[in-house]
Formats: sequence, C-alpha cells, structure tokens
Amino acid sequence: MSQSKHMSLLEVQHLQIEYPSRHGVMVAVKDLSLSVEAGEIVGIVGESGAGKSTIGNAVIDLLSPPGVIANGDVFLNGEKISGLTREQMRAVRGSKIGFIFQDPMTSLNTLFTIEQQMIETVLANEKVTREEAYQRSIDMLNAVGIPKPELRIKQYPHQFSGGMRQRVVIAIALICNPQLIIADEPTTALDVSIQDQILQLIKTLCKERQVGCMLVTHDMGVVSSVTDKVAVMYRGELVEMGTTSQVLGAPEHEYTKSLISAVPRSDIKLVRFPLVNYIEEAEELHQLDIANHWLGQSQDQKEYQGPLLKVENVNLRFTTKDSIFASRREYVQASNNVSFEIFEGETFGLVGESGSGKSTIARAIAGLYAPQSGKITFEGVDLTALKNEQARRPIRRQMQMVFQNPYTSMNPRMKVADIIAEPIRFHKLAENNQQVEQIVADLLDHVGLGRKSGIKYPHEFSGGQRQRISIARALATRPRFLICDEPTSALDVSVQAQILNLLKDLQDELNLTMLFISHDLPVIRQMCDRVGVMRHGCLVEVGDSEQIFTSPQDEYSKNLISLMPSFENLSKAHLQIASS
Amino acid sequence: MFTFLLKRLVQATIVMLVISLVAFAVKDNLGDPLRELTGQSVSEAERQAMRTEMGLNDPFAVQYKRFLINAVQGDFGTSYTFNRPALEVILDRLVATLELVFAATLIIICLSIPLGIYCAINPKNWFSKLIMAVSSIGISIPVFLTAILLMYVFSIELGWLPAYGRGETANWLGWESGFFTLDGLSHLILPAFALASIMLPLFIRLVRSEMIEQLSSEYVKFAYAKGLPQRRVWYVHALKNTLLPLLTVGGVQIGTMVAYTILTEKVFQWPGTGFLFLDSIQRTDTPVITAYVIVVGLIFVITNTIVDLLYGLINPTVNLTAKG
Repeated sequence: MSQSKHMSLLEVQHLQIEYPSRHGVMVAVKDLSLSVEAGEIVGIVGESGAGKSTIGNAVIDLLSPPGVIANGDVFLNGEKISGLTREQMRAVRGSKIGFIFQDPMTSLNTLFTIEQQMIETVLANEKVTREEAYQRSIDMLNAVGIPKPELRIKQYPHQFSGGMRQRVVIAIALICNPQLIIADEPTTALDVSIQDQILQLIKTLCKERQVGCMLVTHDMGVVSSVTDKVAVMYRGELVEMGTTSQVLGAPEHEYTKSLISAVPRSDIKLVRFPLVNYIEEAEELHQLDIANHWLGQSQDQKEYQGPLLKVENVNLRFTTKDSIFASRREYVQASNNVSFEIFEGETFGLVGESGSGKSTIARAIAGLYAPQSGKITFEGVDLTALKNEQARRPIRRQMQMVFQNPYTSMNPRMKVADIIAEPIRFHKLAENNQQVEQIVADLLDHVGLGRKSGIKYPHEFSGGQRQRISIARALATRPRFLICDEPTSALDVSVQAQILNLLKDLQDELNLTMLFISHDLPVIRQMCDRVGVMRHGCLVEVGDSEQIFTSPQDEYSKNLISLMPSFENLSKAHLQIASS
Repeated sequence: MFTFLLKRLVQATIVMLVISLVAFAVKDNLGDPLRELTGQSVSEAERQAMRTEMGLNDPFAVQYKRFLINAVQGDFGTSYTFNRPALEVILDRLVATLELVFAATLIIICLSIPLGIYCAINPKNWFSKLIMAVSSIGISIPVFLTAILLMYVFSIELGWLPAYGRGETANWLGWESGFFTLDGLSHLILPAFALASIMLPLFIRLVRSEMIEQLSSEYVKFAYAKGLPQRRVWYVHALKNTLLPLLTVGGVQIGTMVAYTILTEKVFQWPGTGFLFLDSIQRTDTPVITAYVIVVGLIFVITNTIVDLLYGLINPTVNLTAKG
C-alpha cells in the first residue's frame, strides 16, 4: 500500500475476525473494508449476529476472547493501529479513539463519582495536573449539556437519569479530544425523546470538532436521521455501502431491500410487510380450515353489543417509600383516572415512554394488579368486582397475554408442546389427550414453527421463534382478547415484521380483539386501528390511529410524534400501502 | 440513618430473644446441676429443698421470665465450677478468643484477596490451578485434623513453634494480649492458621469468582476503552466492586468463626471461651453455657450490623438515610 495515496481518518482493510472454538472457526466478520472521514458519521447497520459490534471492538482491540483478528489491517490517520502492543494500543484508546457503549447504566462504575471517572481518563492519557483535568471535565460536561456541572460532577452514576448518564459517557469519550468516536448502539437503551437529544448531540459534536464517528446500530430510524454514509452488514459480510440517501432510497442488494421493507414506517401504513423472509425462514404457513377447526369453534363467539372492554377511571399506585406513618408514605401514580374502550375485532394501541404506565394498565386488565379504584368491564362483567380466582377463570380463558421477553416468559424445563398444551388442559378445552396433541400440533403449524418443534425445549429456538411459541400458547385457550405487551421490542426488524404479519393474519382469521402496547410509534401505526397516548400514568389523547399520527391534538402527543425518526428517504418500492 | 439504626435495634432484639429462649431451653434440659454441686452425702430431701430454693421447681415460663430479667442485667448466675458470675468468667476468656479470631481474620484477608485476584486474572496459569486444587482440598479437611497436622509438622517434627497454650502476654493500654510479646505471637501462629484454614479456601474462591465476573462487565470494558492502564482497571475499578459482596459474606463468617474456635481452642489448649465452653458442657456448668451462647449470639448480631453500616458507606447506591 503506497503511503502517498490519500488515506481516510479510519481505514479498515480486508478485516477478518474469527472466533475459534472446539467446533471449528466461526467467522464473525469476513473480508471487510470501509473508511470513515473526519467529521463524517458512518452508520453500520445490520441485525443481531451480523458482526457489526465486533468491528468496533476490533478497531480498539477489545474483542472478547477468544475472538482474534485473523487478517487485515486498521489504519488511523495513515498509521497502522492493528497488531500494536498492549501499551501502544492503550495510548490509542481514549486519546485518539473514544468509545460509547449501549447501556449507560452499566458502562459507568457505580462505586466512583463522575469526577473520579472523568479525571482518571484525562490523567491516564495526558500529562496535565489534576486541576487542569478537573477544569476540562467541567467544560466537557457543559458541552454535553449537563446543568450545574460543578455540583453534578461530585455525584455517583445512580444519581443520574439514563439520558444524563449517556451524556456523561459521551463526555468521557470526548474528553481527550479523540479523532474518532465509535458509538455502539448509543441510544438503544433510551426513550425516544432522549434518543433524539443524544443523537443530535453526537451529530453536533462530530461536526463542530471534526471528529469521525462510526455509529453501530440496528435501528434504521437512527441511521436515516444522523448518518452521512451507511454500511449494511449481513452475517459478517458487508453487503452494501454508500451515502445514506442512496442506500436507503435505492437499495441494490436483496438483503438491504428486504431489511428496508421490514422497517415499520412512521409515514405510511402498510397492509402487510413484504419480502421479510430473508433471514429467518419460517415454515410455510399451513392453512387451517378455521371455520371447521377447533381453533375457530370458540364457545363464546356470541356477538356482544357495545365495547368488549371498558376501562373506567382506573387508578393504581405503587408504594415507593413505606412508612408506619401514612403521611410519610410515598407513591408513584402508575395509572391516573384512565378510561378507554376497546371494540370487538379492533386493535387498540397504548403508546408512551418508559414509566408512562402502559404495562400497568395491561396487567390491571389481565387481573395481575388490582386497581385502587375504577372499573374494568369485559363483556359487561365488572372484573374488579370478581371475588375469587374461580370467578375470574372464564375471563382468564378469554383473555391472553403475549409478553415482551420471549426468553423469560417460558419455563425452560418444559417442552414446547407441553407449554402450549398447559392452558388447554387447565381449562379443559379438549376431550382427550389425543385431541390436545392434535391441537398443539396444528397450532405449531399455524404459527409457522412446524409440528416437529413440539418435542424441543425453548432454548433451542431463536427470539422470533420463541415469540411464535408465546403466540401459539396464547391462542391455545381460544381467546377473544389478546394483550400484547411490547411483543416485538426484543426482536430484530425482519423478525419483528414477520411476527407483526402473523398477528395481523391471526386477527383477521379469528376476529381477535387486541390491546397492543409499545413504545415504538411506527410499530403502533402499523398495527393499530385506534391509539391511546400515555404519559406519567395519564391517558393524554385517544383517537383513530391515522388521525393521531397525522394531526395530533395534545401537546405531548405532538411532541412525541415529531420526534419519530423520519423515513422520508426510505425506498417505497414494493409496498402495499393501506388506504385509510 | 436514625430509622435504619432503630430498625436494626428492633431486629437485633428479636434475634436475641430467640437465642435466649434456645439458651434457656438448653439450660433447663441439660443434666442436673445439683449433681455437680452436691456430693454423695446429701440426702434426697435436702436436694428437694435446694431445688425449691434455687427455683428449679417453678414452671418454665416463670423460670424463663426470671432468667430474662437477670440476663438483661448481665446476670447469668454463678458458675458452679468457678464460683464466680458466669458472664465474668466468659468475658475474662473472651480476650483470648477474640485475639485468635482477629489473627485468623487478618490471615484470611491478607491471603485470600491477593490469591483470589491472581487466580482471576491468570485463570490458565499453573499456579492458579494449584491454588484452586489446594483450596478444594482445604475445604474438605476438618479443622481439628488441620490443627493436628500443623502441630505435628511445626512443633513436633520441626520444633519451630509451641504446640499449646497462649504464652506470655503483655499489657498495653489496659489490653492484656499476646500480640505484644514475641512469645505470645509465636503461640498464636499455629492456632490462627488452623482456624483460618476453614474459611480461607472459601474466600479465595469467592474473591476469584467475584473478580472474574467484574472483569467481564461492561464498565471494565469501558474503562479499557477510556485508555486506562490495565493495573488501574484491575486494582481500582474491578477490585472495589469485588470487595463489596466479600464484605457481606465476610461479616457473617467472622461471627461463624467465633463458634469454630471451640475445636481449635480445644486442640491447642488455648485458654479462650471455646475451650471453656467444652469444659462447661462436660461439667454441666449451665450458667456458663447459657452465657456463652448469648455472648456469641450478641457478637454475631453486632458484626452483622457493623457490616451493613459499612456496606452503606462503601456502596453509594445504598442510601441508609433514605431507608426509612
């Protein structure tokens, strides 16, 4: 390589990263070449397992063992930084390359003050006095927008909110004036409004200081709103790279096309997500004759006049500080006079930031929490007045939940077939064991897993497949009402698109009524007929989904919707747009 | 802070009440104190009279109430063998026991932390593997066997250290201890090591696994990414987080160690409370037995409270003032 040729700030050439193991070598990143210029934000996007984080770790030589750089070089400003000794590499970290991690809760040491953690960074990298280091820290905290830095710097990480903590992490990453920042999913753990602030902060700082940035993310919205260039990774390989508008607007590679079509759009509502089977092939959906099948013969499909579910003035609070004196007790009002109605066959969405009380409402409806006051009526029956578990049982059968985390919501010691059969047996919905087995097999087929999956255990499935199991389990009682609490937030976009398609299909076939909870506005727009926006336990606005997204009335909903990442430059090819 | 202390005080009182009940039940059912007190010549009628006089014929509840009232005032009765207040007898010997526990704790701290850290940062090194192997053997050997082995090697075969007794003591600021004389220290070494041998392997393993966990955490990775030298990441960032759980476990174990002294003291003829306790059991000296159980229980409760307070001081996320 001739040194006379112009070199970018960061130049990665033919990088190959391998994880040797007893079962052979796993190639995490295959022959990757890319570059980052000063002042430029390059997004690296891909789904889990694509090797995108591995690249960032390899650049600063922090691969988790046994990962090794098997081939290729990394250059920073024309100097080779791969293959340095530990001490040489240490001199690069912090002072030339800053790193921002995903979770600000865990990347700071809880036992040291912000001051200690900032000053040690300066002192480790530069020959300055403690006073200078302190002054630099204060200036840096000011630059990242932390109010009263002289006061805040004495505090410990747990005294900061998630967004503030991520600002501290950014301040630490930038304090030694690095030329490059590697940000590994910097906003994934944050709420939408905070995400936007942090992204804008990173963008401004990069432009002002002419710092190059490598932004690793799975979120197309993040890519679309801040990056200049984008590299798409698929199973360790770079499939496409170019300017952001070009890659998102006119993708060339099949994978990129399918990835973009799977992104829940905030601007238009789709009938179904197209072309989503690139990554995880679901088995061909077996068509069941629903009308004649057990699944379609629910005992309680009598038409109910009026709203199926009615929530009236529900109040629910949790004690945050207990005391023997009533006056000294402290509460958090998780649900404050919440009222809404859900009609038969519709999907009602609840949206809000973390802590807004959306899940609390869902749990109150499902009977997991008892509200302090208010009424929840299902099919005319007041659920809050039910005396005991016996009385609640028929309601429980008609209402099922799909939980957020498919990794923890199933008993790992039970076979999948038993997990799905349990509700059927419990509610005595089948005549004999043979029939139960038949139903379980049909359900597995129907959610796209195949009947053979029944003999396996949950850990043998991927996240998306497990969520299909959860859905099959929820359907096993032939419910009328399905509560989905963030059912796809733990999943990759393409898998999310598959699951959302499945839910829509099932709803059409079985005339299910759904309560769909999500913090993700685009997902809500794709799924729901009507939407309620929640904030601090209050329902601030309820209305038709399209109307809320196009002309929100409440100040908070307006703000929330304006913060949605825009997808203007995203390709609209091959999409079936729903007519409103 | 005040509410926290108050809460702990209430909890401690409940724990002490339970302990006292057990201790009293033991006292009530363990042998016949009159047999120790009186000779063959005393007739049955005289024995009955003595029983009534000592209140041994009263109902259980009455006796327990009397016991509690006396115990709160520090009166556990008079030792049958020493003819002195039982508590005084115990407290006299307690210095020797605490000295032993203190020395053993010192040994455990000084050895387990460096060895555990070494094993955590060099997991594949032969020396780490050796430490782990020896420590698993150490866990499985009972303390009296270790004590006898140590005694055999170092005092009988090599003749380097004395095998029994406490040796010469000196007085410093009103504290009569073997720590201040060479002879006292040489007597202390073997029993202290024997006592430490029970907990040491456990602590090495605890430090190791805790440190390994900390080293794979996100903040350690971030510390490297900040450009900190490896030494600082290990010995400042990871170590402090490692010591936190160690403190909680350690506090409980120190209390347990006071109880373990019974065997060690017996083997080394160490004139402490454990030795006294065994003798008292043989002589059915119930006042001393009950006083011992209660004093040890009190030490347990006190160390645990101190550990909780320290934990709150070291870990900023635990706010004792807010813990109402």
